[in-house]
Amino acid sequence: MMQVHLAASFDEAVRIKGEHPDVVPIAGGTDLLVNWPDAHALHERQWLDLSALAELAAIRFEEEAVVLGALVTYWDVIQDERFRALPLLPAAAVTVGSVQIQTRGTWAGNIANASPAADGVPALMAYDAEVTLASTTGRRVVPLADFYHGYKQTEARPNELIESIRVPLRTHDFEDFIKVGSRAAQAITKVGMAIAHSAAGWRIVANSMAPTVCRCPALEKLVEDDEPVDSPDALLAAIRADVRPIDDIRSTAVYRERVFSRVLYHALLPFRSSFS
Amino acid sequence: MADSRIEISFTLNGAAVTVQVNPRHRLLDLLRYELDLPGSKEGCGEGECGACTVHLDGIPVNSCLVPAWQVRDRDVVTIEATVAEDVARMLDSGATQCGACTPGVVMTARWLEANPQLLERFSARELMAGNLCRCTGYDGIIDGLAVAAPDAEEE
Repeated sequence: MMQVHLAASFDEAVRIKGEHPDVVPIAGGTDLLVNWPDAHALHERQWLDLSALAELAAIRFEEEAVVLGALVTYWDVIQDERFRALPLLPAAAVTVGSVQIQTRGTWAGNIANASPAADGVPALMAYDAEVTLASTTGRRVVPLADFYHGYKQTEARPNELIESIRVPLRTHDFEDFIKVGSRAAQAITKVGMAIAHSAAGWRIVANSMAPTVCRCPALEKLVEDDEPVDSPDALLAAIRADVRPIDDIRSTAVYRERVFSRVLYHALLPFRSSFS
Repeated sequence: MADSRIEISFTLNGAAVTVQVNPRHRLLDLLRYELDLPGSKEGCGEGECGACTVHLDGIPVNSCLVPAWQVRDRDVVTIEATVAEDVARMLDSGATQCGACTPGVVMTARWLEANPQLLERFSARELMAGNLCRCTGYDGIIDGLAVAAPDAEEE
């Protein structure tokens, strides 16, 4: 039977997650409700509704960071002109599904769902976002880049809920978000990346290229060290060190590797003298 | 073992309602099968086609992706709140043929018409991309919007 916990506060939600670690937390539902009539296993689970917790819906701009509560949606970010300071976030948000998905889908849900094709996660990861996890024993902060251990495996413990996401505010001289899908709207990513450069260094983050969204340290070093890149193929060795694309219903490993190399090459060519 | 129902209250097309919802029901199921409002259609059931679009607190959502219990204390507006005068231009523009997508198309269009400032940043086609139509080719829909849609007029 299906049981639903309607938490009245985040503290209560955290307590319920502690008492029932196998409960399914739900915010916007845009991943969990897909093909719902056929999702028989989910009909037998206990659910924890977070959607009414106003305390999780806040966006807080602080001096050095922006804090997104766990219920902040893509649409909240698209609408809010302050996010011009973090342009990868609205750039990623407008590529997610359609308006009807953007108004419900949350950044925290995108992190928790742990899809390798997540579009919000690479943008956050390129900005060195951190995830605050809450349990009845307290809070801890995990860098998003360390959050994934394997396909659908995350750092979150069974008694923890995501409370917020902290995104540092830095000055960037290069930022780009690129999504390759079958069409402009309503497409799931075949090949994706978010790129950012600040005083903290280069961040190159790939999605749909590995079992998890991930940073690409070999590529970041190659760009940082000004290694000469005279063609997309010159990136292949580093790409192969960083990611492991697969064949699946949306694309093939060969396509993904080739397109990733070309898209990255052409993104950086106008900006880096080491690219020719 | 039967699921126990959950009592929720919300505003539906301007009226306060209290219902005992089946915990497995999506908002779409609640509307169609419990509240006798079959205007919202189920197309894909996975948030792609938009035929089930309703307004939740004034913004368009796919009612096939919202558990019914999530609308407690919120404001829901469905296609049944629309009358012919509201969509007069669309009725004349060839915006509908088979009609399956039309309730969702109208709900997104009405949101866009109520928020014309969105057209300063996005094209009508981008904002309407969550409503699939396999008959009209979309030109009739864009032409039928009761707000200026420059991307349609350029063509």
